[in-house]
Amino acid sequence: MSDAGAEHYPGPLHTPPVHEEPGVAGHPPHHPQLRHHFDDMDQQAEASTLGMWVFLVTEIMFFGGLFLAYLVYRSAYSTGFQEASNHLNVYWGAANTIVLIVSSLTMALAVRAAQTSAPPKTQVGWIVATMVLGAAFLGVKVVEYTDKFTHHLVPGANFQWTGEHPEAAEIFYSLYFCMTGLHALHMIIGLGIMTVIAIMAWRRQFDASYYTPVEVSGLYWHFVDIVWIFLFPLLYLIGFHYH
Amino acid sequence: MSGHIAPKSLYYWIFFALMIGTLLTVVVAKFDLGPLNNIVMLTIACTKALLVILFFMHVRWSTRLTWVVAASGFVWLIIMFGITMSDYMSRGWVAGSLR
Repeated sequence: MSDAGAEHYPGPLHTPPVHEEPGVAGHPPHHPQLRHHFDDMDQQAEASTLGMWVFLVTEIMFFGGLFLAYLVYRSAYSTGFQEASNHLNVYWGAANTIVLIVSSLTMALAVRAAQTSAPPKTQVGWIVATMVLGAAFLGVKVVEYTDKFTHHLVPGANFQWTGEHPEAAEIFYSLYFCMTGLHALHMIIGLGIMTVIAIMAWRRQFDASYYTPVEVSGLYWHFVDIVWIFLFPLLYLIGFHYH
Repeated sequence: MSGHIAPKSLYYWIFFALMIGTLLTVVVAKFDLGPLNNIVMLTIACTKALLVILFFMHVRWSTRLTWVVAASGFVWLIIMFGITMSDYMSRGWVAGSLR
């Protein structure tokens, strides 16, 4: 093996960490959450965070396909999209944006509570607050979807549009349901993840020495928030000034 | 584990900025500014996303490798948008090509 660049290298990765006390032969004492293929807790946390980011990149491309479809059709039917968007209720959309931003704050505070070894009550409190806000978001979504069904705005045989651009409106509402539907599915999955995290936090699994599951679930939650940050203006606001 | 612990006040400030951004984007959308509407709307959305990524998602204090991976997602996205739109927008430019 070449030693080129060795002076810049932080240290050999294959050298196992030195343990103060000898434990069982071949199995020195370590943090109970440290898996044996990692050198230390920092390396393990770094690997998890990186893995989550790689997953989030695939998620960016997943939603990216829908955003691309939106871009292609909106550039083709810009007036029709404005007319269709005008029917969406900006106030429900804005309320949901605020709900999600608050939930991102409570999520960040949940991670911070684990980082600072706050008591389980505090950790679970922030996680449950995040979940309640996530559920509130989905509740508003139910109200909005119901409105679309009663007004025959669901694309398909019963789609009815009284405006000037019915074809463009149907494409807009197809994209609306695909994009917000996929986003809502992510919220539902997020609620499932947070349930698990809340139980783990309640069982005192997280403190300053180990909080990777909260951190990584938080990354997912914030990602879903970011998707909505783009969905809200692109779906609700483009027709706000349309007459 | 030695992750960076951000002060609570920082999180509250980021939250405050995100709220201002939301208010601003709704107010601006009320006025018809032509193509400028889209530019303002997307600038605000990108700024909000950046604040969430850097601070709530701790990328500000993450390793260079995390920076690269996070940024790569948006690079691939721009490639996908750029190449696809270069097709859609240039159709019919050459006489006799499909429209």
